[in-house]
Formats: sequence, C-alpha cells, structure tokens
Amino acid sequence: MSVTVLEGKNIVRDYHVGGGLFRPSRTVHAVKGVSFSVDKGKTLAIVGESGCGKSTLARIITLIDPATAGELFIDGNKVDIARDGLTKEMRRKVQIVFQNPYGSLNPRQKIGDVLGEPLLINTDTPADERRDLAMKMLKKVGLGPEHYNRYPHMFSGGQRQRIAIARALMLNPSLLVLDEPVSALDLSVQAQVLNLLADLQDEFELTYVFISHDLSVVRYIADEVMVMYYGEAVEYGSRDEVFADPKHSYTKTLFAATPRADVASIKARLAKKKAA
Amino acid sequence: MPLLEIKNLTVSFDTAAGPFMAVQGIDLSIEPREVLAIVGESGSGKSVAMLAVMGLLPNTATVKADRMAFDGIDLLELSPSERRKIVGKDISMIFQEPIASLNPCFTAGFQIEEVLRFHLGMDRAQRRARAIELMKLVGIADPEERLNSFPHQMSGGQCQRVMIAIAIACNPKLLIADEPTTALDVTIQKQILDLLVGLQAKYGMGLIMITHNMGVVAETADRVIVQYKGRKMEEADVLSLFEQPKSNYTRALLSALPENAVGDRLPTISDMLFEPAPSAAGSGPATGAAP
Repeated sequence: MSVTVLEGKNIVRDYHVGGGLFRPSRTVHAVKGVSFSVDKGKTLAIVGESGCGKSTLARIITLIDPATAGELFIDGNKVDIARDGLTKEMRRKVQIVFQNPYGSLNPRQKIGDVLGEPLLINTDTPADERRDLAMKMLKKVGLGPEHYNRYPHMFSGGQRQRIAIARALMLNPSLLVLDEPVSALDLSVQAQVLNLLADLQDEFELTYVFISHDLSVVRYIADEVMVMYYGEAVEYGSRDEVFADPKHSYTKTLFAATPRADVASIKARLAKKKAA
Repeated sequence: MPLLEIKNLTVSFDTAAGPFMAVQGIDLSIEPREVLAIVGESGSGKSVAMLAVMGLLPNTATVKADRMAFDGIDLLELSPSERRKIVGKDISMIFQEPIASLNPCFTAGFQIEEVLRFHLGMDRAQRRARAIELMKLVGIADPEERLNSFPHQMSGGQCQRVMIAIAIACNPKLLIADEPTTALDVTIQKQILDLLVGLQAKYGMGLIMITHNMGVVAETADRVIVQYKGRKMEEADVLSLFEQPKSNYTRALLSALPENAVGDRLPTISDMLFEPAPSAAGSGPATGAAP
C-alpha cells in the first residue's frame, strides 16, 4: 500500500505589500487554494511560468514560510509553523535544493563544512562522525573525498548542484523539494544531474516535489504533474493524462511553446519558410 | 560574398597557469539572410568566438585568425575607433542576461536613443520617434510610457525586447544573439524566438544564434555548427544534423535531450564520449566530469 508523505489542502498564501505615503497597501494572492498529495517514492512536478506562485508553494512545503490558510500534512501529521513553530524533527524531514547553485552555497565555507552544517544545527552528531557522513555523501553524489576541503568557486555548475543535493540529503529527509534544480545547467550536465536524482530516489525511497518550467524535463522525471497559473492549479493529474490530453488552455499554450527537436517539425518549419 | 568570414580563429587567455586556449581554429562563414546556430556546452568557446568578432574581449585575450572579414572589411586591420563605428551599427549583439546587460541607472528610452545618437547622429525629436517605432516593432505595449521605465521596472522578457530594440536600432546586417532566451520562461522564449526570426526575415539580416538548447536550434536555424572544447565538431544544415548526426558528440547532445530518453536513464556526454559500450547504463551515478 502506498503511503502519503505530503498532502496539502486548499493552501493559500497572501503577501501584504505595505503602502507608502501616497500608496495604499495591498494584498498579493500568490497561491490561491491549491490541493495536492504525493505518495512515498513518487515525484510531483509543479509547472508554471515565473510569478505563478510555484516557488511560494515550494517555500510553504519546505516549511520556510507559513501558509495563510489551508492545511499541510507531512507523513500524516498536520504541520502549522505559524502556530507551533518548527521543530528540528520537522526540519529533518523536508529539505530543499534551490535553482541557482552559484547563489546557494556560501563562498567562504568549505564543502565539508557545507555538508556538516545541517548535522551540526539539527543533531548532536560529534565532529568526526559528521566528517565521515559528509565523505560518504560526497561519494553518493558522484564527487570524491578530495573535494572535502575545497571551496565552492572551485566547482562547475553541475558539481555545485551535486553539492547542494548532497547537503539536502545529509539529514536523511523523506521529502525533497527541488526548485528548478537543472534550469541553470547545460543540456549534458542536466542529464547527469537528472540521472543522479533518479538514482538517489531509488536508493533512499525519496519523495520529490520537482518545480520546473521545462516540460521535457517534467515529462522525463514526474509521476504526477500540477500546472499552476496565477496562483491556481489549473491542471492536476498523472503525467500521462496531462501530457496526452491537456485540458486547460494555459497547459495547451505551454505545450505549444515548448521547442520541438524532432525531424518532422523541422521539416514543417523549413517548408513554411520556403513558402513565405 | 559571405557576410562574415572567419578562418582559423584562435583565442587564448593569459592565466596564472599559462595561456588557456578557449577557441582553437574555428572556421565560420555566414551568408546574408541566413540563420546560423552555434551549439555547445558552457566552456566550448561559442561566446568567446563571437565576442572576438565584436572586439569585446578583455586585454588578457589574444585573438589570432588567418582571416576575419565582415562584409569585405578586414576586422583585424581596423583601429579600435574604426571598429566602434561598425560594432553596434552593422554588427550588433544580444546578450544572455537581459536584466544584467541593461544599465540600471538609465531609462530604456535613453539606452535605445544612445545608439541612434552615436551611430546615426539623429536629433532629439527624430530619436524619440525612432525609439517609439522600435519599441512597437519589438512588441512592447504603450511604448511612450515604457520609454521612461528603468530596467528594474520591467520583466525579463520586456528587458530582452529592449535589448533587441537596441540591437536592431541601426538596421544591422548581422545580429548575434548569445543565448537570448536561456534566462526566460518557455512561453516568453517562444515569443522572443518568433520575434527574432520574424525581424531577421523582415529586414534580411544575418542571424547567428548561440545556444546550448537543441530545441531552439530546431526551431530557428538554417545551418548549425556544433562546438566542443573550442573546436568545431560538425557543421551541417539543420535537417541533416538532426536526421543523421555525423560526429559522436552531436549524437550525444541529441540523446541527452530528456524527450529522447530511452528507458529510465538519460545518456550523458561522458557516457558516449569516453566509455566504450552502452553497458554503462544502470551503473552508479555518472562521475562529476562536468565541463
């Protein structure tokens, strides 16, 4: 039987933008009542353009920001960080990987310290054990022990994203939120990182919430897809359903906008060009 | 006569560890009214080669070529001041990060008019009229209003449109677009690509598209050059490149597209280039041989 790791019911998030002397304050409805659930070991992809609220939702799921209204369940327990605060236990369960691997690593921290930090903050693990765990994790993500004492600037974008993934996995989370983890990477490096994520998912039975605007990546990695548009989930279903039969007009626009690299569409384009 | 002709271009950078060869003997030519795509990963020297044409490299770079001619003019012989008269007027370039490449201290209107003043010597009223015309051409709503906007007040897509307006202000013969859509959403990417190709056809410009996205290549290019580590791997027209890629590297690039995935794993470049058999699939995570 499948176990639901993450469930959200009618999640709402409003931001209040303070007014100035001549400007009234106003409210931005970033997420307007979104519901979803993800089973253990599965991947939910959230797709949408910038400003549609997908990163806001990621922050709510990762327990960084509280939701304004709605209920969030992680491993079956209701979580409300606005009321109860965040326990270390909760923090261990959910981790996030950010979009830009150049901005999410402290340039003055060695990789070993980057990886040891989550353990230092959230657990009582002694220093030598932290070191061993960090070494092991480096190997898991395809780096080596020789990278332990290096600084982030000595790594390429793909390697940095591996480090960010390693950092997120240090606490053995059950849920990993990936906020556009490959959109800053080249095609070939993107393929390596996607393979790594698939391997890690199998190995640790991880549940992923994968945020992206690249439909070809989503098609490759997702089990379920949610399309967001202006804070609302306009389409939600299994990958095959959504890709085979998109219902909402925005989803169709999104499909039409994705560049196609097959021979037939190139032929069609060249023929059209010749005719023009 | 080709619009731009480059023979045996090498660019090296002086570093503490000795010279680093970013571009190693690239030949390239583009005809008028042609769309040429240059594809490669980061570090393949695709941007550096074009920056060398524009003369925008820092002075640590050494540019050598047997021939580098634009429209019959030898670019290697020109003095910097003569070159500045061509660059921005007859050859212009659009960069990857639209928000970072506009000057945050000046309005969009000022930055468009600057080009018109410098290259065409228009007076204030002419510049204003032309700037509004350009804004309309690149599809910005209420151009009169937007002329007074600063880059931070506009979205990424709008900033990229302003960049395109600046680039086409003097009706260039050659437009170089360096990853023009990498920082943008798919829907905006589609709009910008349609705009660029539309303008290219309307004004008969040559267009060089630098990108790492095979989808963008498929949607825009007539001819494609594939570059890897500063060398040209393959040159072909777009259809035969996708139908029958000749070099291993191109084949690897194409199969790394997520939509071409066969089974559970994506083949990576290192799998294809450095490992003999496809039996590598299914073994542990690929090693960190990132470029």
